[in-house]
Amino acid sequence: MITLDHVSKTFESKGRTVRAVDDVSLTIGAGQLHVLIGPSGSGKTTTMRMINRLETPTAGRITVDGRDVLAMDVVELRRSIGYVIQQGGLLPHLTVAENVAMVPRLLGWQRHRRRERAEELLGLVGLPAGQFADRYPRELSGGQQQRVGVARALAADPPIVLMDEPFGAVDPITRKQLQRELRRVQAAVNKTIVFVTHDIGEAFLLGDQIALMADGRLVQNGTPADLLRRPATPFVTAFTGEDRGLRALEYTTLAEVADAAGSVPATDGDTLPGELSILEAGRELARRGETGVDGFWVSDRGGRKTGYLSYRRFAAMLGEALGPAGATAGEADGDALPA
Amino acid sequence: MLEDPFSFVEYIRENPDDFLRFLSQHVQLTLLSVLFGVVIAVPAAILASRVGLLARPLTGIASVGQTIPSLAVLGLLIPFLGIGFRPALVALTIQAFLPIFLNAYVGIRSVDRAVLDAARGMGTSGGQLLRMVELPLASPVIFAGIQTATVQNIAIATLAAYIGGGGLGDLILQGLSTLNGALLFAGAVPVAVLAITTELALGRLRRWIVPEGLRPTGS
Amino acid sequence: MRFLRENPDEVLLRFGEHVQLVAVTVALGILIGVPLGILVTKVRWLQRPVLLATGVLYTVPSLALFAVLIPYTGIGRGTAVVALVVYSLLVIVRNTVAGIEGVAPLTLDAARGMGMTGGQRLRLVELPLALPVILAGVRLATVATIGTATIAAAIGAGGLGRIIFDGMDRLDSDRIAAGAVPAAALALLADWSLGRLGRAFWHGGESASGGE
Ligand SMILES: Nc1ncnc2c1ncn2[C@@H]1O[C@H](COP(=O)(O)OP(=O)(O)O)[C@@H](O)[C@H]1O
Ligand SMILES: [Mg+2]
Repeated sequence: MITLDHVSKTFESKGRTVRAVDDVSLTIGAGQLHVLIGPSGSGKTTTMRMINRLETPTAGRITVDGRDVLAMDVVELRRSIGYVIQQGGLLPHLTVAENVAMVPRLLGWQRHRRRERAEELLGLVGLPAGQFADRYPRELSGGQQQRVGVARALAADPPIVLMDEPFGAVDPITRKQLQRELRRVQAAVNKTIVFVTHDIGEAFLLGDQIALMADGRLVQNGTPADLLRRPATPFVTAFTGEDRGLRALEYTTLAEVADAAGSVPATDGDTLPGELSILEAGRELARRGETGVDGFWVSDRGGRKTGYLSYRRFAAMLGEALGPAGATAGEADGDALPA
Repeated sequence: MLEDPFSFVEYIRENPDDFLRFLSQHVQLTLLSVLFGVVIAVPAAILASRVGLLARPLTGIASVGQTIPSLAVLGLLIPFLGIGFRPALVALTIQAFLPIFLNAYVGIRSVDRAVLDAARGMGTSGGQLLRMVELPLASPVIFAGIQTATVQNIAIATLAAYIGGGGLGDLILQGLSTLNGALLFAGAVPVAVLAITTELALGRLRRWIVPEGLRPTGS
Repeated sequence: MRFLRENPDEVLLRFGEHVQLVAVTVALGILIGVPLGILVTKVRWLQRPVLLATGVLYTVPSLALFAVLIPYTGIGRGTAVVALVVYSLLVIVRNTVAGIEGVAPLTLDAARGMGMTGGQRLRLVELPLALPVILAGVRLATVATIGTATIAAAIGAGGLGRIIFDGMDRLDSDRIAAGAVPAAALALLADWSLGRLGRAFWHGGESASGGE
């Protein structure tokens, strides 16, 4: 668990004082993927970088599992926290496998164990080791480099991973794919992840919790549904409401879209309550992981299976509503800011 | 005064000891000065990259030093160092320091910020960051500085003869004062060959030394 | 300072010789180097051999180049100028090529689209845009020539190097300083003023496109 307690950070640059983070208090639960979202310059990166002490707070306290980060050895702290940045930040003079094995190397692991671990993780992020392990970063596409970045952050099995717009620099299609992969990986490894983005679609797709920031302040923190149903300020509505498809997902229930139970062959598979919104169902399914069946059952309040929904139809609805990433947040930036 | 341009070969054949002595002095002056230059300049560049206060004065002095004619540097040092092989070596070390220091400083400072940030975030200590990230990434630029310094010092070492430092310049100096073409060429041709082959050889070596991941694609 | 006080005329004379030597060299270097640089951007197959040849000559120590020229061109200023021009060529040719090839393809397309001939493109687009880079080459060549010209005194070309060599002969550090300090000052002054000149052109180009 990570806690931020009245944390502020001011920068002095060229005689001007910038209040990058302004009195932010936040709790990030273990095993949660907590999204920090907000317009560019709202202080997301700075907030994140104070957790692994790449920045030092000017006020307030940050703890990891109850220990004040400022009291910990900085090198040790960082080795226990994975870190992924937008441009990948891969070391260009090391191979993919050497990049992934960097933290284990710093921790003094044996060579063959490092190699094994690197291969395992490359497999996890969808880069077959046989094909990619001995290449150099410049021989990979942007999306592949980001996967290596994610694998590298996970290499020493840190309980916490910080991700700063990890998919920000790749094309929308690759981005969607990486988001899906991250959900799958997270289901497998179950880390505490702090995830910075300015893309609202990405935030809703990935976040267990979403913290919305503006001008260095925390505007609202809650589940995706909280942000949609109980927006704390008009700014929140403006920021989330940009994506009308998202609202539709929130207000349409499974019961409304499921096929009648009789029309499909009886199979195994999960059962989800029909009053769940499509959005909630998506999150619930992501949590449960793959079942091997091509869909799931929808039940009424009495628990009876009243309908069936194939994953294919379900994914199509989700995908359509969330659209390709990228177009949403930029528009919210400028005119949605409260005066 | 020089009927046969190859008469210098005869001179060398008839005076192998003299020639070899001058050649070996020349090579020693160059190699030792570059070696000392590296040993001083690389740590100095690391220091300058760490201590912001030192960066400006050090790089400023180094670039002014590079602008000043090398003969002037050689001459101005005489009152402090005297003449002979060692003073020449010190002067050459200073000359080697300048390009190596500037290249090393620029090389370290131009390492991609995102890469540094990621490496720091992974928990590299200061020394590890330097050893595993900054120096390997700066190595092509540092090596280019060493190449420049070596070829440049082969040239400056020909001037060492004027302050009693020996080297192949001695033969040129003798040739000039006696207007003896064979002597002139016996100094000039080997020194030119030495400079050109060193330049080409170090250029080759550079391709070997550059970390594989940094080499341009399709080479 | 004693030497300078007692022989102001000699120092002045050598200083004048030095400036003249450098001016003639750089002028010839530009007159040969810039057209040669332009030529190898147009006749592409010449580029590699020309850059290779100037590059190889550039690494030859100056005293050695002076020495091998003497039997053919004799002792004195002529030989010095020939060698000094050879050195200045590499930098000027290389920067001319870099400047012209650095012009954005889109800009050239636009120029072509306006119906400019090859000559007009060169005169109105490529050379003006390459000018700052060419000037940077001239600056480097000038500073290097000031240094190499001191060595040219060894083959009777005069200049401040004469005073330095005399001083070395007599182990007279006062005399050495009287040659070395003005030579160093000249190099620093040339570097500084040509640097300013280059920046002025750079800004001139920018403000012109901004519409004054
Ligand atoms: N090292 C720094 N020096 C000065 N100002 C900074 C620095 N880092 C960030 N800032 C400023 O702090 C504010 C928040 O930046 P950041 O945390 O990067 O925002 P975000 O990640 O949300 O885009 C911005 O105004 C930015 O300019
Ligand atoms: Mg940011």
